[in-house]
Amino acid sequence: MSNSWYEKTALEIRDAVRAKKVSALEVTDSCLKRIEEVDGKLLAFIDVWADAARKQAQAVDAKIAAGKDPGPLAGVPIGVKDVLCTKEGTTTCCSKILKGYRSPFDATVIERLAEAGAVFPGKLNMDEFAMGSSTENSSIQRTRNPWNLDCVPGGSSGGSAAAVAGHECAVALGSDTGGSIRQPAACCGCVGIKPTYGRVSRYGLVAFASSLDQIGPFTKDVTDCALVMNTIFGRDPKDSTSADIPVPDFTKALTPAVKGLRLGLPKEYYTDALGAEMRDKIQAAIKVLESLGAEIVEVSLPHTDYAIATYYIICTAEASANLARFDGVRYGYRAPGVANVDEMYRKTKSEAYGHEVRRRIMLGTYVLSSGYYDAYYLKAQKVRSLIRRDFMDAFKQCDVIVTPTSPTPAFKIGEKTADPLEMYLSDIYTISVNLAGIPGLSMPCGLTASGLPAGLQIMAKPFDEETLLRVAYTYEQKRGFEMGMPAALRG
Amino acid sequence: MAKITKADVEYVAGLAQLTLDEATKERLVGEMGDILGYMDKLNELDTTGIEPTMHVLEMTNVFREDEVTPSLPRDAALMNAPKTDGEYFLVPRILDTE
Repeated sequence: MSNSWYEKTALEIRDAVRAKKVSALEVTDSCLKRIEEVDGKLLAFIDVWADAARKQAQAVDAKIAAGKDPGPLAGVPIGVKDVLCTKEGTTTCCSKILKGYRSPFDATVIERLAEAGAVFPGKLNMDEFAMGSSTENSSIQRTRNPWNLDCVPGGSSGGSAAAVAGHECAVALGSDTGGSIRQPAACCGCVGIKPTYGRVSRYGLVAFASSLDQIGPFTKDVTDCALVMNTIFGRDPKDSTSADIPVPDFTKALTPAVKGLRLGLPKEYYTDALGAEMRDKIQAAIKVLESLGAEIVEVSLPHTDYAIATYYIICTAEASANLARFDGVRYGYRAPGVANVDEMYRKTKSEAYGHEVRRRIMLGTYVLSSGYYDAYYLKAQKVRSLIRRDFMDAFKQCDVIVTPTSPTPAFKIGEKTADPLEMYLSDIYTISVNLAGIPGLSMPCGLTASGLPAGLQIMAKPFDEETLLRVAYTYEQKRGFEMGMPAALRG
Repeated sequence: MAKITKADVEYVAGLAQLTLDEATKERLVGEMGDILGYMDKLNELDTTGIEPTMHVLEMTNVFREDEVTPSLPRDAALMNAPKTDGEYFLVPRILDTE
């Protein structure tokens, strides 16, 4: 039996563990060894929980030995973005303001995954408070892209994407407010889904923009994505925005059949802003689906051009309200040597936030301030309705919408840090999905000439993750290539 | 429309409870001006009669029985606090007493 269990998928691991072909402990040890070997290059993990992970694995093995059901994710190593509350270790959002914070509770997704037999090897790097598209805003370290160590892994869940692509863990959790799962998944060549808003409980997810945030998995393939969705989806009494809608067995949607399905291509996405090489990759992917009987329909999302402005008004406004709770009173950093409470608030926030977070708090405060609320915030909420309506209209003509995930492959570290607006524009294809509340998935559709992954994005109607998965699975089965080991980690 | 001055930055920083040094203020004058200028793009759209999206899932209020359930124990609630007396969070003086 191979000892490179770290290379296996979640499905392979759980099947082997359940069949007693390997112990959960052996899988965990293989994964921990892999982290030791490659994370010095990738810098994806900010904290590795070797002892706790081994104990969790032993508990899974003990259940199996006692003849009990170890769960549908038995022994599967799942890395956790540092935005999710875990009793183990610390939860810091990679911000100095939460340095050393120990959560007294687990996020609902962590509870559910633990119940399903998952093992948690540690916490993963991210942009501070999930604000960024490159993971360069982390106060801890700069994660590198496994396909080219000079490039960013995307963001904000860059640690999660790099860890899965680098085979440090079979699965990782991320969060997606404007593309923070899909864009890094595209940059690193793995599968990532932003579920329909309300599908996954946000209890224990440190809030960035509450009307846009969703938790989702990064996986090596579409099957694993479905497997994790089965466990983390569903109503949670602790999150009143979680939808009370039945959760199907998503693995049943994994049939390679797209005959008669209508794929919508929004003309506003296929413009000159999309690089020629990325366009070719996407078109080749669409050809594969077309050859299997899918029907191609041109659709229009007329307000696409307004999505970035709308998004950055709404998300900064919500962020400025959400981050007000970090004030040095109940947890986190408190500035020393202050004379009164007002000075404590000011010094604490000013000393502990990085510049991107400060800038977003400033923008959000501005758009909500007296005299500007109607012109910015209310206006953006209205345009959000138009953007959402565009999607509902388009879905009258098609079953899924197929687009690039990002206009370019992963960019170089440092390339876009000087110009925040240019960084924001790299979210062009992903943010509308959050504004409309619909599900979106990114999966690899090949490598560019420079050897970097290209990402294909598939969007579906609200709560229709099954159709989304069916299209993704079909393409994955028929695309005719494997991503394989990322270039920078070979040999 | 958006032309951000240093006075605007200082005013907003006050609302957000941030104390900014001079270099950061200057930097934000430029950055916020650029970004808000870009956001003015929305004024091209006529949104008369369009309802704002308050929530993407057409939700109704969620009611539940008012039952007592376990809450966070006090020691867990206090364990991350910068300063406590074992029962309460402690903060610096709030009122000036003279």
